[in-house]
Amino acid sequence: MANLAGTAPASALPAAWSSQPLLTIEGLTVDFSGVQVIRGIDLTVARGESIGIVGESGSGKSVTWLAALGLLPRTATVSGSIRLDGEELRGAAAMRLDRIRGGRVAMIFQDPSSALNPVIRIGRQVGEVLARHQGLSGSSIRAEAKRLFELVGLPDAGRRFDAYPHELSGGQNQRVMIATALAGKPDVLVADEPTTALDATIQAQILDLLTTVRRETGMALVLISHDLGVVSETCERIMVMYGGLVVETAPSESIFASPRHPYTQGLLAALPPFEGALRRLIPIEGQVPEPATMPPGCPFAPRCPQRMAVCEVTIPPLAQTEAGRFSACIAGPATEAQQPLKLKTSVLA
Amino acid sequence: MTASILDLHGISRSYSTRQGLFGKKVPVHAVDEVSLSLKEGQTLALVGESGSGKSTTGRIALGLERPNSGYVLFRGTELPAADTPAWRRMRAQMQMIYQDPLAALDRRLSIIDQVREPLDIHDIGSASKRNNKALAMLDAVGLNASHATSLPYQLSGGQRQRAVLARALIMQPALLVCDEPVSALDVSIQAQVVNVLMDLQKELRLSLLFISHDLKVVRQVSQRMAVMYLGRIVEFGETHLLLSSPTHPYTKALVSAVPVAGRRTRERIILKGEPPNPAARPTGCAFHPRCAIARPECVRVSPTFSTLPDGRSVACHAVHTNPPTKEVGS
Repeated sequence: MANLAGTAPASALPAAWSSQPLLTIEGLTVDFSGVQVIRGIDLTVARGESIGIVGESGSGKSVTWLAALGLLPRTATVSGSIRLDGEELRGAAAMRLDRIRGGRVAMIFQDPSSALNPVIRIGRQVGEVLARHQGLSGSSIRAEAKRLFELVGLPDAGRRFDAYPHELSGGQNQRVMIATALAGKPDVLVADEPTTALDATIQAQILDLLTTVRRETGMALVLISHDLGVVSETCERIMVMYGGLVVETAPSESIFASPRHPYTQGLLAALPPFEGALRRLIPIEGQVPEPATMPPGCPFAPRCPQRMAVCEVTIPPLAQTEAGRFSACIAGPATEAQQPLKLKTSVLA
Repeated sequence: MTASILDLHGISRSYSTRQGLFGKKVPVHAVDEVSLSLKEGQTLALVGESGSGKSTTGRIALGLERPNSGYVLFRGTELPAADTPAWRRMRAQMQMIYQDPLAALDRRLSIIDQVREPLDIHDIGSASKRNNKALAMLDAVGLNASHATSLPYQLSGGQRQRAVLARALIMQPALLVCDEPVSALDVSIQAQVVNVLMDLQKELRLSLLFISHDLKVVRQVSQRMAVMYLGRIVEFGETHLLLSSPTHPYTKALVSAVPVAGRRTRERIILKGEPPNPAARPTGCAFHPRCAIARPECVRVSPTFSTLPDGRSVACHAVHTNPPTKEVGS
C-alpha cells in the first residue's frame, strides 16, 4: 500500500505515456483505390482515458477508427499496426475480430436510428450482445438489459425491453445504442459524432452520460467530433487531424489556451466566441484538400498564414513541443515558442 | 426607433395527424400564438430544438404557409394569399435560404445560370446586363468567374451555400429568412459564410430572420432573439441579455448546454427527459415536465408574458411573481 501511494504522483502526471497502453496504433495508412486518405497515424489509448479526435469533414477522423476495427470495405487497403493489449488486430481472423468488436471495443455512431434494426425490439438487440459476449440467456438477459437501460437513463427501463426503435426519440435511441455498446463490457468505447444529430439539451445529457459511464466502468473513451466545444468538455486529451494526418495532440486544458499548430489556431479563431466581446470571425481561407489532390508537403500549407517555402515540400513530423504536447509544424513552434524551446534545450544540454 | 419590416401577430398553425395507422386524427399545434417583430436592417434569431416550430414560423413569415389564426405584416401591409400575383410581387422582396445548399441547387445547371434565373423569371434588364449582374453578385459573396461556370457538385459546401446566398440576394430582397444556413458547414467555412452574410447585410440593409439551434452563431449575428419551445415563445428580447442572464428555465438550460472550447469544469444544467412530442403537448406550461422549478400552477395554467425592466418578455410563472431585480448586477 505504501508502495502504491509512492507511485501515485508519478503516474498521475504522464499517465497516458508511461503506463502500458491499452490500444496502440502505429503507422496506420488507408488507401482507397490508390488514393491515400490516412497517411500514417500513431496513437495510444490508455486504460480509462478519454481522448477527443477533432477535425473537419474529410480529415480522416472516422476512417482511422473504422480501419482500426476492420470495418472498412474490401476496396480499402490498410497497413500499419493496431494492437489491443499487445494483440495485433490488423489481419486478424474474422472470428477473432467478431469477439473483440462489440466486446472489448465498442463503437457508436452519429445516427442511432440507422444503427438500430427498426423491426426488432430494442431489448432483443441489446440481448443479442449480452448472449454473444457475456454468454447470458433467458431471464438473465432481461434483467441485465433492464440494468443497462437504467444505467443509461432510459425512462421506464423495465417496459422499454419490448419497445421498437421508432417508439423512442432520437436521444433515447442513442441511449439504447450506448446500452448496447456497454453490454459487451468494453475496455474502449469509440463514439463517432454521438451527439451531432441530437438537440442541444439532449447533447448535454448524452455527453454527461458518457462521462459518468466512463468514470463508473473505467473504460476508455474515444470521442470523434467536429465540435471543439464537445471534445473540450468531455475529453482529457485532444488530437487534431487534418488531411489524413495528426497535426497536434495535447492535454485538453492547454490546447485551447495555447494552440501550437496553425490549423488548431485557425479553428479556434474561426469559432464564434460565447463569452466576452464580439469580434469579427477569422475564417481559414480556402478549403480542406481532397485526398486525390493532396499537396506534397504539409497538408495545411496552402491555407496556412505562417507558410514557408519548406512547408510546401516537406511533411513536418509530429514533434514534441513540451511535455505531453506534440505539433506537426515547421513554422509554428519556431515562431511561436522560440524562446522557451531554446531555454529547454540549453537546460537539457 | 427603427420601423419594423416584419410583424407576426398571434400566429398559430396546426396540422392534423393520425395517431397510429388507423387512429383518429389529432391536431398538432406546430406554432401557437406567436408574436414577433423584426426591425429594418436588423437580425432576429429564432432559437429552439427540433419540433419547437421555428421553421414553420419562418415559412409563415414568407407566406409559404397560411396561419390558422393571426396575421403577418410586411412593411405594415398584410401578406396577400400565396400564389397570387400580388404575393409574387411581394415575395421578390423576401427570400429564403436553407441548411442544405446541394438540395437547394439544380444539379444540372451552372451556378451562373441559377443565380441569374430570378432575373430571367421576372424579366429584369437585358440578357447581357443580367449576366453581369449575376457575376457581380457572385463576386460579392466571394465566388469568381470559374466558380460561375461550375456545376454544384464541383463546388465545396461553403461555396455552394454562398451561391445559394447570391441567388437569394440577386432580386435585392429586403428580408432574408435563413433556416440553419451554416449548420451543415465546417467551422472554418462557417466563419466565411457568417462574415459574408453580415457584410452584405450592412451593405444592402438586409433584415434577417435567422433560424438556428447554434447559440454561438446566434450571438454573433443577431441583435434580438426569441426562444421557442413546443410552438410557443418562452423568452424574447435582446440577444446579449438572453445569453448573459437568461431568465426562463429553458433558456437557462439551453445557454448552459452550449459546448465551449477550452471550458471544462462548470455547472451544466442537465434537463430531465426528452423534448416532448408536439402531438402530446403537456398541459399548462409545456416545459413543466422538464423544469426544475415547476410548481403546481405550472401544470394547470399556461403562463402569460411578463415584461422585465430590460425590455424582455418571459413566459414563466416563477418570473412573473419574482422579478429578478437582484440579478441585474451580474
